[in-house]
Amino acid sequence: MSGFALPSASLLAQSVLSGVFVGALYGLMGLGLSLSWGLLRLINLAHFAFAFLAAYLCYQLARWGVDPLLSLLGIVPAFFALGAGLHWVMARFKVTPFNSLLLTFGLMGIVESIIQSIWTADFRQLESTYAQHKFKVAGLFVPVPEFITLLLAVGISLAVWAVLRFTDLGRALRGAAEDAAIASAFGVNQSRNALLLAGTCTALASIAGVCMALSFTLAPSQMYAWIGVVFAAVMLGGLGRALGPLVAGTLIGVSEAITMAVTAPSWAPIVSFTLLIMILVLRPGRVT
Amino acid sequence: MKRTPLVIVAAGVLLAFVPMLGLPAFVDSLLYLMLHWIVLATSWNILSGYTGYFSFGHGAFFGAGLYTTSTLLARYEWPFLWTLPAAALVAALLGVALGAVVFRVKSVRGELFALLTLAITFVIGTIVVNTPIDGGQGVSLSAVPVPAIGPTPSSTFYLLALACATATLLIAWAIFVSKFGAGLFAIHDDEDAAEVMGVPTYRYKLVALAISCALAGVAGGIHALFLSYVTAGEVFTITVPLTVVLMSVLGGSRHWAGPAVGAVAITALLYSFTAADHAVAGKAMIGAILIAAILFMPDGILLRLRRLLAKPVPSPGPAHAPSTLVAPVAAAPAPAAAAPADVLLRVRGLQKSFRGVRALAGVDVDVRRGEILGLLGPNGSGKSTFINVVSGHFAPSAGAIEFEGRDLTHHAAHRIAAAGIARTYQIPRPFAHLSVLDNVALATLFGGAVRDVAQARQQALRWLEFTGLQAKAGARPDDLNLHQRKFLELARALASRPRLVLLDEVLCGLTPGEIDDAVALIRRIRDQGSTIVFVEHVMRAVMALTDRIVVFHHGELLAEGSASDVMQRPAVMTAYLGHAHAQPAPA
Repeated sequence: MSGFALPSASLLAQSVLSGVFVGALYGLMGLGLSLSWGLLRLINLAHFAFAFLAAYLCYQLARWGVDPLLSLLGIVPAFFALGAGLHWVMARFKVTPFNSLLLTFGLMGIVESIIQSIWTADFRQLESTYAQHKFKVAGLFVPVPEFITLLLAVGISLAVWAVLRFTDLGRALRGAAEDAAIASAFGVNQSRNALLLAGTCTALASIAGVCMALSFTLAPSQMYAWIGVVFAAVMLGGLGRALGPLVAGTLIGVSEAITMAVTAPSWAPIVSFTLLIMILVLRPGRVT
Repeated sequence: MKRTPLVIVAAGVLLAFVPMLGLPAFVDSLLYLMLHWIVLATSWNILSGYTGYFSFGHGAFFGAGLYTTSTLLARYEWPFLWTLPAAALVAALLGVALGAVVFRVKSVRGELFALLTLAITFVIGTIVVNTPIDGGQGVSLSAVPVPAIGPTPSSTFYLLALACATATLLIAWAIFVSKFGAGLFAIHDDEDAAEVMGVPTYRYKLVALAISCALAGVAGGIHALFLSYVTAGEVFTITVPLTVVLMSVLGGSRHWAGPAVGAVAITALLYSFTAADHAVAGKAMIGAILIAAILFMPDGILLRLRRLLAKPVPSPGPAHAPSTLVAPVAAAPAPAAAAPADVLLRVRGLQKSFRGVRALAGVDVDVRRGEILGLLGPNGSGKSTFINVVSGHFAPSAGAIEFEGRDLTHHAAHRIAAAGIARTYQIPRPFAHLSVLDNVALATLFGGAVRDVAQARQQALRWLEFTGLQAKAGARPDDLNLHQRKFLELARALASRPRLVLLDEVLCGLTPGEIDDAVALIRRIRDQGSTIVFVEHVMRAVMALTDRIVVFHHGELLAEGSASDVMQRPAVMTAYLGHAHAQPAPA
């Protein structure tokens, strides 16, 4: 219980900024999760495992001298295929939303074991040229890896939003989420679209993973630490909405950062979960 | 089935002699862990398996018990055994506090409940770490003496866990076969329909959660001393909830013994991996087993085995002569035709708005005892809303509902059911996992206030005969056709022996022949003493059956009177057919 003394203005501003950066990563992690839950009715816990797997792959490639951003060229298609394959299996067995939660939880355990047996349970830190750079804007330090994450998160969220809103594919997906049978009666090829979407969600997880590798140290068991806060962002943002996770993630990131600055870092988890509980109890309609 | 508790107790007593064998301590510890997981998985199942409210917060309740015991031991030096009831109490209180909030929110079901309880785990964990309860360093109990119940400390833990597991299994079994359990399983299949049948869903969920938490709390209390060093980081994780979910799903969450089977299997598996230094492979293995179980055995080992072993069940109750289609149980006393103007249900100024849409704009309806009242009106006129409000599914925005002189406005649906009002759904909503017989027996148990399950089944069988479904008693509702499902709705509504039955478009979708059967059945329902409100579009049936009709239009009462008279009125014809544009000039 350290004192509740208010930190100085510049320190507060710096922590708000770092909250924005970590919030962008929450948003990026949550985007694929939100699309999968909202539009496919599948809750993919393995999303976190895939993000970590991508982060470790990026780490490994970087050790072999591949630039982390360049490694996205290989990682994204590979994870697209992985996600589409997983969805094919789930569709084949007609897994219910609740069972998808359990099934992907099992998958998460498997991926965690694979990561642990290859890269051990120790912390790993990606070493890239990005990590050493930061620049200063209006008296605040902006680290380059976090800045890249923010740009990617905003860019991708806007792109997904535009696709969902303005293209036939987006309309078909939203229609099928409302009523799959009716949508297919109107000529929507839902099984193809669903594979496409599931692949995209996992590809988004891999991008989030690469961003995570840029600015965080990695340990396999850490994937569980992300679940609560990212789910909070997803629910707060509204299921199946492209910009929701980013906005909500930023909100959570900033409130966490302020909580940490004002009290102690160990109180941070309570922010997102309290938010989550409040949404669920007060505005349950938001997430159904 | 009365043998089951004896078998559980006998197994418990027999296993209590295991420490006498002088086995090495690690065997005691392994057996302890097995029993520990049996308690946790079985207690989780009492809420989550039976009602389908999957909780990911079992770690929080387990942790609450664990920290209660360790705080009382380390700080207040309570004797260990006295801390266990306290651990149960704290965990149960935590559960009740949580449940009292979230069970009130109707839409927090399924996935939302799962995620909410997951969040609770981390909130509690954060609070524990940041307060002197843990202080971030953990609590050491190495100075606390282990009570000498068994010959060695490890055997003491084994015996404690054995007692706890025996008690837990007895409780799980007792709930499974009781009226309480029947209510919980009904909540699992269709909570709204269960409430309308008279199941006090909110109270039942809360009690189930409290029992579940208390047992987890005791397991936590014992485990605190077993670990002897407690850290929040190890306790408030998702390991506990996920392991118990896995065990229950694997063993079968719709049976009291399922989680125990799963617990033994998983603990043994985990042990064989950790013993051989393959902890990582073990985790992957559990993941793989979980996936395989979900894909290939969604009902669990136990039910799969039972299905393989079970012989085809003969439909129960062939002894009854099916010709006795008279009123089965002397129906609720109805002073038939004694006072023709005797008003059974009096509705005054009833209003219901949905966010500005006025579905009912203040209607007055009297239903007289013994009559069949037709409730008519174009689509969207408020007929179904009327049924939903009177049966308690929706709370009225304004107005009063009085039944047999008692005010029922704003009563919960299960209390309205208990008062003697039953309803059917336009689209039948049977409990999908219960047999046809048990679907009806449930209504007998709750609406008819029968306590004994066997007796309820017997009465239910007679209602199946009344509706001509006796041959389908053992079938699942999915195996019935629409006509039979509609009749099952009727049998369920009747089984609570209501004075008033609200029939919501029972004839819709039936063939003309089936409609004739249904009309005859509805007549018999009235003849055995129930008053009927009959929402219907099939005019032939309305003309044939009703004593009186009321017509709704835009949520208001448009007309009232005998069917043949009311349907001739210009206002009613306009409501149904629209305005006549080319009307001949009045003479």
